Amino acid sequence: MKKLVSAGVAALLCCTAGVAQAEVKIGMITTLSGGGSTLGIDVRDGFELALKQAGASDVKLLVEDDARKPDVAKKLADKFIQKDKVDILTGIIWSNLAMAVVPAATRKGTLYISPNAGPSALAGKACHENYFNVAWQNDNLHEAMGSHANKADYKKTFILAPNYPAGTDALKGFKRMYKGELAGELFTKLGQDDYAAEIAQIRASGADSVFFFLPGGMGIAFMKQYAQSGVDVPVMGPAFSFSQDILPAIGDAALGVANSSQWGKDIESEVNAKFVKGFKEAYGRLPSLYASQGYDAANLILSAMEKADVSDKDDFRAALKEADFASVRGDFKFGNNNHPIQDIYVREVVKEDGQITNKIVGVAIKGHQDAYASKCRMK
Amino acid sequence: MTAALIFEQVLNGLQFGLTLFLMAAGLTLVFGVMGLINLAHGSLYMVGAFCCAWITQQTGSFWLGLGGGVLGAAAAGALIEMLVIRRLYDRDHLDQVLATFALILIFSEGTRMVFGSMPLYLNIPAALGGTMALPGVEAYPVYRLFIILAALAVAMLLYLLISKTRLGMRIRAGESDREMIAALGVDIKTLYTIVFALGAAIAGLSGALVGALRSVQVGMGEPVLILAFVVIVIGGIGSIKGALIGSILIGLVDTLGRIFIPVILKFFMENASANSIGAALSSMLIYLMMAGILAVKPKGLFNATN
Repeated sequence: MKKLVSAGVAALLCCTAGVAQAEVKIGMITTLSGGGSTLGIDVRDGFELALKQAGASDVKLLVEDDARKPDVAKKLADKFIQKDKVDILTGIIWSNLAMAVVPAATRKGTLYISPNAGPSALAGKACHENYFNVAWQNDNLHEAMGSHANKADYKKTFILAPNYPAGTDALKGFKRMYKGELAGELFTKLGQDDYAAEIAQIRASGADSVFFFLPGGMGIAFMKQYAQSGVDVPVMGPAFSFSQDILPAIGDAALGVANSSQWGKDIESEVNAKFVKGFKEAYGRLPSLYASQGYDAANLILSAMEKADVSDKDDFRAALKEADFASVRGDFKFGNNNHPIQDIYVREVVKEDGQITNKIVGVAIKGHQDAYASKCRMK
Repeated sequence: MTAALIFEQVLNGLQFGLTLFLMAAGLTLVFGVMGLINLAHGSLYMVGAFCCAWITQQTGSFWLGLGGGVLGAAAAGALIEMLVIRRLYDRDHLDQVLATFALILIFSEGTRMVFGSMPLYLNIPAALGGTMALPGVEAYPVYRLFIILAALAVAMLLYLLISKTRLGMRIRAGESDREMIAALGVDIKTLYTIVFALGAAIAGLSGALVGALRSVQVGMGEPVLILAFVVIVIGGIGSIKGALIGSILIGLVDTLGRIFIPVILKFFMENASANSIGAALSSMLIYLMMAGILAVKPKGLFNATN
């Protein structure tokens, strides 16, 4: 009897909610365990928060952990597409994983919304109508830092990044804008956590500034070791090296460092205030830029669902491309290659009420589009 | 590239190697004495680091934290030995790998449940902050020197323990013939628990010392574990001396390789490709060296069972 009643209630619920369209199934492949899991957890939490705030009952979100392994991500994508028959894939953090999953998935007709990774290949020649990046093309934040370095009048910058697609994109992006001379350029191992040898090289190079891209635990290790190495050359980096998930672990060593981001928790807008407050209430911590990207990804999908039915791919793609949602970062639109055109800010690491966090201090580049858009054949 | 820089990099390589030694020593001891492949050794390293970070946060004293890290890891080691590991000695290596891999997952998720997935804050004590001048090096971080000295002290103590004490004699006896020493009336169960806890304590020490320098987060132990396995394979399984030589070798080859290979390659090719090929090559270097050593000496440099 009880079962009957609950089934009846469920039936009622289902039929009052889903009027406009059938349920949209979203498969999220992200990193929830091992090194770098804070990034995936923030993306997931931001995404879920947006769904919850919107009261979206016609979305079914399936989340799986890729453990930062390309082969695992590939298998999960196959499972989501073939077994669960999801309409949309999302969630991948790392560019090498995105390269393993995205081209095949989009070719098969599945939509992919990237909340983080934006490898250059997918923005240029290999761009695809089913692939949307709601965060940035990998080079963007680094390009912003390159132009910041010019403004700060740095003449001899030492640059380093891990040796993987996003790392090479990072240094390429920085060099595209930076006009000074390089004191040195290094690729480190992905996941490396001892930087004594690199720091010794920085000291010996006579650099006047250091630019580094080391996301997650790598950045924590580098900043701590840098702070106690006695090298007092100013450092800068993209937001990934100073995001909210790692700042508390770096501690005071990060104070005063400049970093670039398309988002900051102090951007004044209604939707950003709602996001930051909601995130703090729901999870008891400050959101990072990764969380903001997850939040935007979900809102982008929700905005398209209001305009089109997901079963009509052409309509739905057009609705996605309009990007008719209030992004927490402010102005946002897609370029021809389905990558963002947006402002990128310079933030500074500060201490607020005893908590280490970022504050926006200026705009690095306005209305910035990636350098690969012209190579993409889409209009 | 000056002589001073090269000397500093040698020192960095030595320090990196010695931190590896702290991991490898426990691993090789457990493998040598009990014939057990313990994949969960990296989890004990993580336990040491988390205990240290937590106690340091609560008490404000890094030294209490360090002690707590060592004891916490030793206790965790003794506990899993009695609950799980003890049942694995007579099983084959595949079962051991499976069970200790399960322990990794349990430790990682358990730590995440208790501390959350955010990295913990742990910094070096103020007394060891800053740098000092060494002959040829204008400024070398004091804390790294401290790690070098601490690891050498542990190596020394382990050597004395194993070669000069009664416990060490039993460990060596257990290594060569476990049935025989059980038949001679040695309480082999307790001996194994002690050895396992000792290995765990050293891993915990390593986690706490290194955690202050790197980052304290879930999953921090596994990358180190892989290198520690390379060390004990190169050094010869079960040999503490082999672990010491092997880890210093790995530390030096890895550190010097990643600095000098790109520099050397720049003589032959343009900068960009020298950088990326150099980085790829240097991350393979220790594995190439392992293959080379095993080709000449299949049982490692110092094989304990000979």
